[in-house]
Amino acid sequence: MRDAVTNRFKVIGTRSVRPDGIEKVTGQANYGADYSLPGMLWAKVLRSPHAHARITSIDLSAALAMPGVHAAITSDVFPDLKAGMEDSGEGEVDFHDLSCNVMARDKVLYHGHAVAAVAATSERIAEQALAAIKVDYEVLPHVVDIGVAMAADAPVLHQDMFTVGLAEPAAAPSNIASRSEISQGDLAAGFAQADIIVERSYRIPTAHQGYIEPHACVVSVNQDGQVDIWASSQGHFMVRDYTSKVLGVAVGSIKVTPAEIGGGFGGKTTVYLEPVAAALSARSGRPVKMVMTREEVFRATGPAAAGIVNVRIGARDDGKLTAMDSEVILDAGAYKGSPAATGARCMYAPYNCDNRRTVALDVVTNTAKTAAYRAPGAPQAHLGVECVLNEIADSLDIDPIDLRLLNAVDEGDRAFFGAKYRAIGLKQTLEAAKAHPNYHRPLANGQGRGVAVGFWFNFGLQSSATINVHEGGTVAVITGNPDIGGSRASMALMAAEALGVPLETIKPHIADTESVGYNDLTGGSRTTFASGWAVINAAEKIVESCRQRAAALWEVDVETVSWADGAAVCAGHDPLTLAQLAAKADVTGGPLTASASLNAKGAGPGFAVSLCDVSVDRDTGKVDIISFTALQDVGKAIHPGYVEGQMEGGAVQGIGWALNEEYIFDSQGRLENPGFLDYRMPVASDLPMIDTVIIECPNPGHPYGVRGVGEPPICAPMPAVTTAVNHAIGAHLTTLPLTPERVLAALDSL
Amino acid sequence: MTVSRFYSPQSIAEATAILRQQSGCQVLAGGTDLLVQMRNGVKQPEYIVDIKEIPGIRDVTLTNQGLTLGAAAPAQSVTERPDIAAAYPGLVEAIDMIGSTQIQGRCSVGGNLCNASPAADTVPALIAVGAVCHVVGGEGVRQVRVEDFNTGPGENCLKRDELLISLFIPRPGVGSADAYLRFTPRTEMDIAVVGAGVSLSLDPMGTVSAARVAIGAAAPTALLVEEAAAAIIGTTLEESALAALAAAAGAAASPISDKRGSAGYRTKVVGVMARRAAQIACDRAQQRQRRAH
Repeated sequence: MRDAVTNRFKVIGTRSVRPDGIEKVTGQANYGADYSLPGMLWAKVLRSPHAHARITSIDLSAALAMPGVHAAITSDVFPDLKAGMEDSGEGEVDFHDLSCNVMARDKVLYHGHAVAAVAATSERIAEQALAAIKVDYEVLPHVVDIGVAMAADAPVLHQDMFTVGLAEPAAAPSNIASRSEISQGDLAAGFAQADIIVERSYRIPTAHQGYIEPHACVVSVNQDGQVDIWASSQGHFMVRDYTSKVLGVAVGSIKVTPAEIGGGFGGKTTVYLEPVAAALSARSGRPVKMVMTREEVFRATGPAAAGIVNVRIGARDDGKLTAMDSEVILDAGAYKGSPAATGARCMYAPYNCDNRRTVALDVVTNTAKTAAYRAPGAPQAHLGVECVLNEIADSLDIDPIDLRLLNAVDEGDRAFFGAKYRAIGLKQTLEAAKAHPNYHRPLANGQGRGVAVGFWFNFGLQSSATINVHEGGTVAVITGNPDIGGSRASMALMAAEALGVPLETIKPHIADTESVGYNDLTGGSRTTFASGWAVINAAEKIVESCRQRAAALWEVDVETVSWADGAAVCAGHDPLTLAQLAAKADVTGGPLTASASLNAKGAGPGFAVSLCDVSVDRDTGKVDIISFTALQDVGKAIHPGYVEGQMEGGAVQGIGWALNEEYIFDSQGRLENPGFLDYRMPVASDLPMIDTVIIECPNPGHPYGVRGVGEPPICAPMPAVTTAVNHAIGAHLTTLPLTPERVLAALDSL
Repeated sequence: MTVSRFYSPQSIAEATAILRQQSGCQVLAGGTDLLVQMRNGVKQPEYIVDIKEIPGIRDVTLTNQGLTLGAAAPAQSVTERPDIAAAYPGLVEAIDMIGSTQIQGRCSVGGNLCNASPAADTVPALIAVGAVCHVVGGEGVRQVRVEDFNTGPGENCLKRDELLISLFIPRPGVGSADAYLRFTPRTEMDIAVVGAGVSLSLDPMGTVSAARVAIGAAAPTALLVEEAAAAIIGTTLEESALAALAAAAGAAASPISDKRGSAGYRTKVVGVMARRAAQIACDRAQQRQRRAH
């Protein structure tokens, strides 16, 4: 299969040089904080010192009176938006909540919540002006732990929040925003058939995506109301649309120019600064720049949800699963919208089982509103299922990969979340894991091994592309998604493939919101799949136009003209290359250009397998990763190097979340580790080289077989690491992160 | 952060005179602690006294008598010297744990000591090798042992007009060696949860004849633990001696619980670090004895 696919292509699948590489390695690429405009002001945000408090008054007058201060605002300047979910393309958004998160209205709901903002001639004056703002708070009891937040006597964040999805309408406000349940078969009968039942409860901490670039923007509002934004994000059309909502300004009045993005991982799928900068620019008549500090990024931008995942699974002696019952409780932060239901839909996706149920609870706490983080909700949910499956395999003395192969879904099976699988590569990926030398490396004393599977749906959604062929044959490929993981390279490769021209002739560009058709944001691993498809379609239109132009020049029927190796070909004529046709564009109908837009369906699900070996220091509890293998069905790797980069990055982020990364709050609900010193992401020397294995089971829903690749890699590492540690020490740790202290305590209690 | 004046004294006398005349001075060496503390508002000095221009204060000199470290000598000027690493491997390991390569180009051992963080890596290592501080002030010169230098977190024994000028570390004998170990969840770019420095001397029969054991991040200041040293003196580091050393180190600890580790965990692991450091120091001393023969 793999060879057949590889042979189809000339350019894609090669490890080409990155088109944006030189700019980035030489420091010339412009990220969010690199933009400046003449006359620009700097703005800073005053943030709540309390985890939960009512704002009784805000006095800006002293700040406004300071020399150099040009504007100061509170949430009063933003329209009070109607509460309720609205479809925003890739998910539902409550713009009332979004607006309140951008700047608090009557209450602050977490330490770091924006309360007011000042624009001044320098960053320093803006900071000094913040100190002059007088805010009176009535401090309220707070809750930062989801387990505590669900208790009947917990402080309630939103008096108007009544749990949605209960059998009986809720009588009292609650921190549980919603409950959703999916079930099939007969759970009781399923557990009755089981020879073994394992039940565990897992705790997962809040973790930040840890992107290296803090949020940053420059916004200029002109006298005629035109809003120009330069910002780093995962989708500049999203920035335009969300800013439009929060400001109450028409989408058509806002233009967003994308900066380069220094990492997002889902964390840059919403707005924090842009509406604030716009409001300050409108009031001051000057462009306004905002750049978050790292501390602000940790305190006030969306981390990934903390979770409690309760899992009960039954199996027969032969390993066949008979029943699966789970509860996924995820922390939304201050406003509803955790990915609990999404995680619940992923957790059984790799397996067949007749009787199963998931219950998902979305819970609010006095912590920063969470945001997406690679496969939102799935890593937390998979942790529970995969660890329990490993325990079942241990108990039944079945190889954990064999246990999964026995129950694995395949083409034609109906997924737990409802869809029917087309061609998928789960079994191939499991077989590759089983055959990998790392799976057969003998383990020394004190070492342990863990295996786990991860799943992500992958998204399609809306994308647009334009291709302009210049005289001389250079091809501009214009798309509208930020290049977050090498997408310029992918777009160029696919355009070169579809046009049959050398890769070097392709110039990929990422255009502003006025210069290319609409694009949903980069999320759900959709860009290479959907935007790439728009590029392929636009390229095919170019080819079609070229055939017609060549036919006209040759005065032959277009059906006799074919396209091969970047040229129009017809018997009896010398081929006309793309460059030659571009040179004759003026006499064949005008400029050679084509655009394509689509709402892409057919995204192929992605499955990944992690193999992890650890070594545990029994005196200190420290865990060392000694071997890690990431295997994944990627459909077709457009650029294998960047696909491996996604797999390695997901592995490392999953390892960090499993071992050391966590938000630590003090008794007042203040984050104690808002920086990279004490928020311990792994450093290079903490890790072995990550081994990667690309499996290519082409997605039948894409012209080149592409599946999204960015999200499955983070789904399996947490359970693989956790199982490996438990195997190494003979314990059943279920609370992450597996810090040295926690591991040593487990060793001491054995 | 508003500094009204920045001084660059050219002599010790000029520096101590400034310190005596002006209140609100903060001494600057590499600045890797101070600038961070000023940025986050922990320190807001009115005057900064940069001591790096004082002649000799950045010198590093190794003689048969011992090592003299100028108070403002950057860490890099120590870690790049194989002769110093050969003489004081544990101390150099501790210095090499500070920050990153970039930080080590600026930060000084003297500054690390004066900053008086209970978790500073160099301090237990300096105590273990018997380092002595050379302090100059308006009232003259005094020598202070490193274990007596810091008085609490962020506090040291320097009077307002006193400066740490240099550190002197006596040269270890043939059968002597040191080692420093710390525990961090990460391999680098981290701060010690606990640390332990050990130096010891072996007699020709391989018995420990002298030892110094110091622990860090386990009390308000780094501590010299004489009971831990006593537990291994006269032994060949057999298991019972190492267990007694670990127990003594743990017993001497009075750590706090914070985001980096609980008091209980620190107490347990400081003993582990001490016994492992003792074993490494012993192995090194044996190698030196073998080489000497």
